[in-house]
Amino acid sequence: MTGSIFYWIAFVVTALAAVFAAVMVITRRNPIHSAMFLVLNFLCIAVLYLLLNAQFIAIIQVMIYAGAIMMLVIFVIMLLSVEEEERRRKIPVPLAQMLGMVLVFILFAQLIFGVVVKVLPGEQGEFSPERIAELGDVKTIAGLLFTKFLFPFEVASIILLVGIIGAVILSKKER
Amino acid sequence: MELFQVQVTMTDLLVIAPELALTGFALVILLMSAFARPERRGFLGYTALLGVVAAMVSLYWGIGVEASAFGGMVRIDPLSFFFKAMILLICLLIVLVSLGYAKREGIGFGEYYVLILFAAVGMMLMASGVNLLIIFLGLEVMSISIYILAGIMRDDTRSVEAAFKYFLLGAFASAFLLYGIALIYASTGTLDLAGIGRVLAEQSWISGRPILITGVALLTVGFGFKLALVPFHMWTPDVYEGAPTSITAFMATGVKAAGFAAFVRVFFYALPSLQAHWTQIMWILAVATMTVGNIIALSQSNIKRMLAYSSIAHAGYILVAFVAGNELGISGILFYLLAYVFMNIGAFTVVILLGKKGEENTLIGDYAGIGYHHPLLALAMAVFMFSLAGVPPTAGFMAKFYVFSAAVKADYYWLAVIGVLNSAVAAYYYLRVLIYMYFREPEREQAIGGFSPAAVLAIIISVWGVLQMGILPSAFLALARQSIQFLL
Repeated sequence: MTGSIFYWIAFVVTALAAVFAAVMVITRRNPIHSAMFLVLNFLCIAVLYLLLNAQFIAIIQVMIYAGAIMMLVIFVIMLLSVEEEERRRKIPVPLAQMLGMVLVFILFAQLIFGVVVKVLPGEQGEFSPERIAELGDVKTIAGLLFTKFLFPFEVASIILLVGIIGAVILSKKER
Repeated sequence: MELFQVQVTMTDLLVIAPELALTGFALVILLMSAFARPERRGFLGYTALLGVVAAMVSLYWGIGVEASAFGGMVRIDPLSFFFKAMILLICLLIVLVSLGYAKREGIGFGEYYVLILFAAVGMMLMASGVNLLIIFLGLEVMSISIYILAGIMRDDTRSVEAAFKYFLLGAFASAFLLYGIALIYASTGTLDLAGIGRVLAEQSWISGRPILITGVALLTVGFGFKLALVPFHMWTPDVYEGAPTSITAFMATGVKAAGFAAFVRVFFYALPSLQAHWTQIMWILAVATMTVGNIIALSQSNIKRMLAYSSIAHAGYILVAFVAGNELGISGILFYLLAYVFMNIGAFTVVILLGKKGEENTLIGDYAGIGYHHPLLALAMAVFMFSLAGVPPTAGFMAKFYVFSAAVKADYYWLAVIGVLNSAVAAYYYLRVLIYMYFREPEREQAIGGFSPAAVLAIIISVWGVLQMGILPSAFLALARQSIQFLL
């Protein structure tokens, strides 16, 4: 599939849509609109995963990010109900933002330049999209997660535990 | 399918034994605090202490050993051994200090100690990780624990503000770090530090490429935030002031030690071939960090804020050694960090002891006349202030001496000159505390609030460390030299 015309068109369209959605997320004044564009962004990323033969990750992306997490985000926005005038207030553009824009522009320029001059990896990864298609997606992920990446996997569980502890102690009622 | 096979050997477990011990104790304390009656929660702190000691004992295996575990994810070698020992020492001192402080401020729950232990696990992973993935995960374990610890005094608005500010900016900085890691992976094809070093050495044409350079720059931003380097320091004073004082000491020493451990590991282990590129950035960062930290510290009237800016400045001095990059320089980083642990935790402990519940007494004016009312405490504070200012015969002097001589040796004369000028400026605000303590009449009666034997023990250990490293530094320097020998 890689290399076909369809592949490139699909890639370019979803990538541009993802960037567009990301820009909309940070420029909309209404938080619900931002959240909706974030859903669009997550969906575009899921399509990009699909193009790389990572169907499992694509589905997880849709279910967990676009589904569960965004649901939570929208709930919170609805519950907090941002004031209308707060929403209308014009945010001035101070020096820091201008400077940030310049830096982001430099960053993009560097990335584009880097892609144009074709810096290809020093070592090709072991699991290219073709190889994953051959082995099976879920099998590869599960296998790697419990062998080569066993230790990082376990460390991630500590991060989740710490997060839960934090949520409990910061929000529990006074005794 | 033999592609996926895993074998966890005894060596693997021994390499991460200290982390395992701390995690185990943290989980036990978590369960105990759920079932213990509120009035009997005092022993949770002692259990945490036991956990740190157990981790120290389990670290004993690692002396002089070089081994990696879990397919080259973590590694024990003299460098990670040194940093792990230092992190455990910090953890020990902080738990000692907290025994009295947490009780006084009503931070009664065991989660406080659990989070300290988990933060230490994260720090040790940063120090021993030789894969960018582990370094990132360790950083996250550490950071998330510290975000919560900063806001653990929920009734105190400043504490909540500190936690929130640190969390928002910290999450942003983590994103920078992750983006940097992704770009480095994109240009080298590996996350393994040794592998990155190998790719860059074999295929040197990559090293000038924009994607790699951008990745390294973003990595520097991510680490720079955690280390509070200028211009990524904006959060430091507010967070250090608002967080509980014991946690401020933990942030100023533990987070810095772990950050510099990962910094040294990444830059001297994986990216030495880019040294010409990153030295220029570090030079500017070092000068900005020293100068901005010291100059703003001059005008602070709150001692916690002053120590926050001073910790920024000290990170700048350490960067001077980093720029020098020679043997004396890298061992100077280790020496400096250890000296900084003693003097900084000591100073914060004195600050804690001079406060009361709900009344922290952190204005410098509150220190007036302490020299007469609490002569021993004031003497200890004087030792720490002299050491922070870099006056002989204290650890701070020797640390600065090694750092600046490393810079001179590597022909960075201007850097050394700027550093020495900065220490002269810094002497003013450290000695001002002494003037208040000894030459000013107290405005009101001062009483020591949370006088606890454990905190006194922490002060004694710190004073011993400051004087020992100042008067007989050669043993410590030799240790630091041995720890970095394999890097060169």
